[in-house]
Amino acid sequence: MAYLLVFLPLVASFIVGIFGRFLGDKISQLITCSFVLISSALSIYIFSDVAINSNTYNLKIFNWITSGGLVLNWSINIDTLTSVMLVVVTSVSALVHVYSVGYMSHDPDKPRFMSYLSLFTFMMLMLVTSDNFLQLFFGWEGVGLASYLLIGFWYKKPSANSAAIKAFVVNRVGDFGLAIGIFLIFKYTGSINFVDVFKAIPTLLDKNISMLGIEASLISFICIFLFIGAMGKSAQIFLHTWLPDAMEGPTPVSALIHAATMVTAGVFLVVRCSPIFEYSPFVLNIIVLVGATTAFFAGTIGLVQNDIKRVIAYSTCSQLGYMFFAAGLGAYHIAIFHLFTHAFFKALLFLGAGSVIHAFNDEQNMRHMGGVWKKIPYTYSLMIIGTLALTGFPFLSGFFSKDAIIETAYSSTSFFAGYAVTIGVLTAFMTSLYSWRLIFMTFHGTFNNKNISLSKVHESPAVMLVPLLFLALGAIFAGYAFKDYFIGSQFIQFWNNSIFFLKEFVLHHPPLWFLLLTPILVLLAIPLSYYFFVKDKKSLDSFIEINKPLYNFLVNKWYFDELYDFLFVKPAKKIGSFFWKIGDGTIIDGFGPDGLTKLIKSVSNKAVQFQSGFLYHYAFVILIGLSILLTYMMIF
Amino acid sequence: MNLPILTIITFLPLIGVFFILFNKGEEERVGKISFHVSLLTSLLVFVLSLFLWFSFDKTISSFQFVEEKKWIIDFVKYKVGVDGISILFVVLTAFITPICIVATYNSVKFRKKDFFIALLVMETMMIGVFCSLDLFLFYLFFEAGLIPMFLIIGIWGGIRRVYAAFKFFLYTLLGSVFMLIAIIFIYMQTGTTDVEALLALDIPVQYQYLLWLGFFASFAVKTPMWPVHTWLPDAHVEAPTSGSVILAAILLKMAGYGFIRFSLGLFPVASDFFSPLVFSLSIIAIVYTSLVALVQKDMKKLIAYSSVAHMGFVTIGIFAFNSQGIEGSIFQMISHGIVSAALFLCVGVVYDRMHTRQISDYGGVSNVMPNYAIVFMIFILASLGLPGTSGFVGEILVLIGIFKTNYLVAFFAATGVVLSACYSLSLYRRVCFGEITNDKVKALKDINYSEFIILIPLLILVILLGVYPNIILDTISTSVESLVSVYNAKIATFNNLMIK
Repeated sequence: MAYLLVFLPLVASFIVGIFGRFLGDKISQLITCSFVLISSALSIYIFSDVAINSNTYNLKIFNWITSGGLVLNWSINIDTLTSVMLVVVTSVSALVHVYSVGYMSHDPDKPRFMSYLSLFTFMMLMLVTSDNFLQLFFGWEGVGLASYLLIGFWYKKPSANSAAIKAFVVNRVGDFGLAIGIFLIFKYTGSINFVDVFKAIPTLLDKNISMLGIEASLISFICIFLFIGAMGKSAQIFLHTWLPDAMEGPTPVSALIHAATMVTAGVFLVVRCSPIFEYSPFVLNIIVLVGATTAFFAGTIGLVQNDIKRVIAYSTCSQLGYMFFAAGLGAYHIAIFHLFTHAFFKALLFLGAGSVIHAFNDEQNMRHMGGVWKKIPYTYSLMIIGTLALTGFPFLSGFFSKDAIIETAYSSTSFFAGYAVTIGVLTAFMTSLYSWRLIFMTFHGTFNNKNISLSKVHESPAVMLVPLLFLALGAIFAGYAFKDYFIGSQFIQFWNNSIFFLKEFVLHHPPLWFLLLTPILVLLAIPLSYYFFVKDKKSLDSFIEINKPLYNFLVNKWYFDELYDFLFVKPAKKIGSFFWKIGDGTIIDGFGPDGLTKLIKSVSNKAVQFQSGFLYHYAFVILIGLSILLTYMMIF
Repeated sequence: MNLPILTIITFLPLIGVFFILFNKGEEERVGKISFHVSLLTSLLVFVLSLFLWFSFDKTISSFQFVEEKKWIIDFVKYKVGVDGISILFVVLTAFITPICIVATYNSVKFRKKDFFIALLVMETMMIGVFCSLDLFLFYLFFEAGLIPMFLIIGIWGGIRRVYAAFKFFLYTLLGSVFMLIAIIFIYMQTGTTDVEALLALDIPVQYQYLLWLGFFASFAVKTPMWPVHTWLPDAHVEAPTSGSVILAAILLKMAGYGFIRFSLGLFPVASDFFSPLVFSLSIIAIVYTSLVALVQKDMKKLIAYSSVAHMGFVTIGIFAFNSQGIEGSIFQMISHGIVSAALFLCVGVVYDRMHTRQISDYGGVSNVMPNYAIVFMIFILASLGLPGTSGFVGEILVLIGIFKTNYLVAFFAATGVVLSACYSLSLYRRVCFGEITNDKVKALKDINYSEFIILIPLLILVILLGVYPNIILDTISTSVESLVSVYNAKIATFNNLMIK
């Protein structure tokens, strides 16, 4: 059954990818959707088996690489952590598959699209079911590939192509870190299977190594490199630049890959490796710092973006920051809980945004929207549910997970806990602000679109709305229904050793005023943004005018793209040309083969001149030679 | 069974040549017959090489199928044999040659007969290199292989073919001269050129350094290592498609094989001593040529430069001196043999239609050639080392191996992984994606039957080796393990001596 669960999407992708052109659109969609739906049904069954009945699966498919002491298998390994990921991945994926049937109905390349989606699902399943680091790496790069293919799906658009390459390359930078982490692990533990590595780690606590001139404990080095990998995939600050650009891809892709599943792989990695991270308080602190900073930084940018998808993308980035700092504080289970609830409401928001974009005939700029909430009531209300869940409106799913994170930060004794809690609360407020800004700009106010008349704006078909409905149910109930298992009283039995806690995890309950603080701020943000973005836009404009430099800084996304372009992209090309023209051309060839041939030519040209053909020239040379010889013999 | 199977495999192509030679008459008919004869011969060689592989005993590390004959007085013996390290190169050569022959049929327009002769002679020489167990014999095959390649570039090449051919010839010959001197010196010192005997023997340490450098000069040029790599882009650009394929897939591998067999086997102490040199040159090769590849405007040049970078991984892995490193190197060579062959064939497919290699002349190819786009994409991914393709296994093993020996080298080498993604994907993007801007591209036809036939086996292999690399690792592991343990033992004795 586990085999079916993992390999059905691959089979679907394969069939549709190769024979899609002959099968036609309908059958292709039918195959991929049904296979992934079966897969998701199986994963729910396995979830109940693993999480509730505490079974685990460990299946060896076949041996992958054997080289010296390195032995590893293709495997399917399912514990509670994996089963949670399985449910998230397959259910969101199945809903996105179905949604895509409607969303892509005008696209000529449907089979290709469906094939990529299924391929992505398979890669993600390989990632989460791995029992060793290398298969994880396989899935890791595999989802990167699928993401590359899907971002660049509309391959005629230059911007989509650049975004796709950027996503792949930036991810590779992260993968570089992950790879180094894996090498370190293999060098010192002699294995890269999770079980053996986790067993060996406690014996290596005192080991110090020196790398790149820095001496530190081995565990910290391993953790920091693994975390760099996680940062790349989960778009944390410094390696985040690809995520907003990834919005060039079709919207269902953004929902599946760049919100619910792939970008959370980094969080999954950290949690999966909790038996290593727990021994490095230093790196855990760094994770808190990076996560909190990302949460804040992405939130600020989200406030000023005008592209509906980019706002949600930055929101994703910010929420991932929450997950990371939760993990950094040792609350791995809460991080996964937020991952779980986030998958529902963020996919809902993205697909809802897709529905809006569809309604406006592929318009993404929120300035060209507005005033349509009566025209598309279902989309509107579903988006409201998503927004409420995201902002942590009391008793919706985001409320339970996000507030648990903020409370953890409040009660934690970690070095950056104060920083994290401040940012957690502040960002929750910002989240609410930009989310409602999105709602108000999109649905309220006046209708601002010039390309399409208001009467043409249409509600999406049922095939798109039904998946949204399911996600909305998740966004409303997932938090309440699962909180006791994931983070409540039963969390120890539930996780069943798939997460490692060095010390017993205790959550001190903060005082009442703190518990109320976040919800109140979140609620306050609603009228506030209504005032600014609908009621009185003038005061907003004058506010922007006063703070122009700050506004520009935010609109330009803290100038990260420009900085990287200046630091890496341009120099790389310049150095490349230099090496090619000067290095290879002038120096190596100049002194090497070309220089040699020239030298030989010029020497022989000169030598030719000696043979003048005049007898007296030769006689003269002979005389000189003879006299030198005689002198030499006389002296010595 | 005492069938001299290695001799048969090695010289069977020459029998094919013999038949082709006696073919006279109308140009087109001769071309066709030569094609059939050479294809048949090379396929037969391939089948025999598979048979050789299946009857090969993977559990023993010594040479198998050994044949020994007196040849030139007492001085040079004809001795051949294979072990786990060399056998797969024989199979690779026998696999790539028929593919080249099929590829030639469409792309070479004149003197087809001569071209097929050159290819078959080439095959004999290349297989000979991997089988010979006598230094002089090795040298003979190693050098004689230059001649058909020189002709292939010089006669059927592009506009600057003569320049490229001479550059290729000069470079490789210059390197080989030093190797010849080293071989003569070894013979004078030890009285034998038998590789098996020499491997068991300890060559005095004081000679090892110079001898190592002699061999290194030749292998470094052939690999090619920085800074003696500049012949490769020119040779590739000017060579016809099948010439490039042979060059990238097999000729470059002779050097890697030489490093493992001779540098490590005969001069362990010197190899250890010079390994920092190899590392630095390889790292420079990886970073430098990757950056150069990034700015190339010519498709073949780009792939040629990427070959240099990939071979950098090979040399790094070999000098990691552990089983992951060396197995990774061998794997990387086989994988690069398949992937680079496939990439050059892919370039050949569009070159035959458009007669230009300039990347800017393309764009939007996937609109008109969807099948081609899929195939090309998979090879590009293999070239950038995506897990699940053969390119990944070699790279990751090399990196794991070298990380154990010297983490800093692994660090720099791993940046090549990021850069390879940059240049490969940007090549693909500029060729296949975007709107069609050139009207000629609009008229392109998708890959035809014969192109399909040659690309599919490569495609299957790339995936198969990526998912189940043990096909190769099983065969090589025993020999590599024994090589590594002998090497370590020799180094240990030397170090003990130094302490005393």
